[in-house]
Amino acid sequence: MIYNIPYLAVVALVLIGLYALLFKRNLIKMVIGVTLIESGVNLFLITLGYRENSIAPIYTGSPGGIMSLPVPQALTLTSIVIGVAVLALMLSLVIHIYRHYGTLDVRKIRRLKE
Amino acid sequence: MMSKRTILAVTFFAIVALFLCFSALMMHPFGEPESPEMDESIIANAQEETGANNAVTSVVFDYRGFDTLGEATILFTAVAGVILVFRRLKK
Amino acid sequence: MSEGMSKIVKTIASAAFPFIMIYGLYVIAHGHLTPGGGFQGGAIVASALAMILVAFGSIWTMGKIKEKQLSLFESLGAISFILLAFLGLGFGTVFFKNFLVDNNFLFGMVPETGSTFANFNTGGVLPLMNFAVGLKVIAGLFAIVLVMAYAIHTKEEKL
Repeated sequence: MIYNIPYLAVVALVLIGLYALLFKRNLIKMVIGVTLIESGVNLFLITLGYRENSIAPIYTGSPGGIMSLPVPQALTLTSIVIGVAVLALMLSLVIHIYRHYGTLDVRKIRRLKE
Repeated sequence: MMSKRTILAVTFFAIVALFLCFSALMMHPFGEPESPEMDESIIANAQEETGANNAVTSVVFDYRGFDTLGEATILFTAVAGVILVFRRLKK
Repeated sequence: MSEGMSKIVKTIASAAFPFIMIYGLYVIAHGHLTPGGGFQGGAIVASALAMILVAFGSIWTMGKIKEKQLSLFESLGAISFILLAFLGLGFGTVFFKNFLVDNNFLFGMVPETGSTFANFNTGGVLPLMNFAVGLKVIAGLFAIVLVMAYAIHTKEEKL
């Protein structure tokens, strides 16, 4: 059981992000919660590709030995860029909502206001 | 005690937390991946097929270049969306 | 955020800017030898440009670079990336084929297997793709930051 600590760290990140998304009322705090969930998923992708006592999968001046798997690292790169794109669109929409309604409380933004 | 919405949110959070903790303890041990045959063949043949010393870059741009094309499209769409929200009136 | 910061901050930011940019371009160019590549080096150079934006204010920066020029750079990077993919279809047989692997002309040598020294002449079509993606990421990330920082001065408009 002591060898599964990275997976427990991933579960802790996802649960903290889920708490910030469900129980907070400010829009900026909900955006932070979504970003935390995405960071947890990226960490999970990286820890799936580790082998015991391995080095980085690069041949330039490498000391020799078994190498860790390169494919999950490539998938995590794509996932980080997707996270940046989603964060930029979410924040620009939050700015636009604040200009229209005047408040950031998610319980007062309910009806289509004229 | 609180409103109905709060009780529903707490129940959902407890179910998801229980499910995640249970599945985190049942994963395979950290450090022994399940089936590494595809990655071993990539590590063995990457230097003579692509000619690069970096296995991760050759996976991103050569073995899986189509995913990088999709990611470039996502970046382009995000920039277009942000500039669209903040465009200026030409008066 | 509209006006810049004090004179000391402006001097130090313009002194540190060329070093960070050279380091970012080094990470982009050596993507096939050391850890790095197009996306990582592009993020480094975009951080250097964001530092200039914070130190000098958004009005001064918008007076120097409009977002139309940044959009031109980004489209150039995307078009060259797709062009390299289609050239693989023209020379070889499949869509993303590495058609520059074994020639004597441009990035063509093949390194010997095992742990070697770094040779810049290797890699095939990989360094050219690194430049294209790096240009796209630099222009895209800086355009996002610049437009969101200048948003205070635009009038409100119904979408």
